[in-house]
Amino acid sequence: MVKKKKKVFGKFKKGKDNLTIHFMPYSEIANEDAIGRIKKIMGLVLKNKIIILQGKLDADEEVRLIENSMTLIGNIKGFAGIEIASLSGENENRGLFEGVRRNIAKILVGEQDAITVIGPASVVKEITKDPKKIELMLQRK
Amino acid sequence: MRNFARRIFAGIFKKKGEVKLGFYGSPNAGKTSLANRICQDWLGEDLGSVSRMPHETREIQVKEKVILERDGKRIEFKLIDTPGIATRIDFEDFMKFGMKKKMAQGRAKEATQGIIESIKWLDDMDAVVVMIDSTANPYSQVNITILGNLVVRNIPVLVVANKIDLKKSNIKKVQGAFPDYEVVGISAKSGENIEEFYEELFKLVRKI
Repeated sequence: MVKKKKKVFGKFKKGKDNLTIHFMPYSEIANEDAIGRIKKIMGLVLKNKIIILQGKLDADEEVRLIENSMTLIGNIKGFAGIEIASLSGENENRGLFEGVRRNIAKILVGEQDAITVIGPASVVKEITKDPKKIELMLQRK
Repeated sequence: MRNFARRIFAGIFKKKGEVKLGFYGSPNAGKTSLANRICQDWLGEDLGSVSRMPHETREIQVKEKVILERDGKRIEFKLIDTPGIATRIDFEDFMKFGMKKKMAQGRAKEATQGIIESIKWLDDMDAVVVMIDSTANPYSQVNITILGNLVVRNIPVLVVANKIDLKKSNIKKVQGAFPDYEVVGISAKSGENIEEFYEELFKLVRKI
């Protein structure tokens, strides 16, 4: 009897390459729609890169990113999802004028006053976040 | 806009008086434990099984006609227990609980599908209880993403800090992480503070 081989759609490079951190300025995704942004991010994640994004994705884009990565688990060998954390000044206490100013800036140029770290789960063991800092723990090889 | 239209449309054809209450959160936050607690209190039966192993709930579980009464007010709920949302699923994590490789891979596959389902159901909720494990770091991106999506969809939210019966529990940290939300601390397992939860739940329904 011929054993049927499980179909995989790609191979995820696991741990053989050097660790690469990709800094992504907001301008790189500013003109992309949600699908374009997710595609760009997932493209880098699948190349085993850790992304430091200037700014943050909106709530809907974040949930689509999770959905997308869930679809890839099991279909791309070695891929186990992503780790993601954003740091922004959203919860900081500020005056009314400053709040209005920030909201107008957010509408005009997007939320650039934030930083997001995204990495493949096979490289990033855990990202812990406190209100004002992000800690990245990498997998031991 | 699409969500808004969908909610209006759903509202027209919604069964009168029925509130679709979703339970969202990370794996092992205690969503099923709370849903079970409510079902036990008002129906005398469980909704789903619970386990220490993450992703025990891998399919949406629904319990209809759960009628809660408080101060002469009666509300009919449709409880929707969702699989825990995570950004990573590694089958090797299940093997740490003694599972064989093939079985662990199967469970991981089901868990990923469960997460996709949970996300899809977000649009169908009238109100949501976001469960947070008060013994863990509340600043996880999953919690923030879930809350952000509920705000965008204009769905009323009650944040529940679970496991207050445990020593490591830190409800103040949960409150500090989500200052814009009403946070109620409970133990779904022991039933501690469950009356306050019901009180907040009735307040939440008024916002729909």
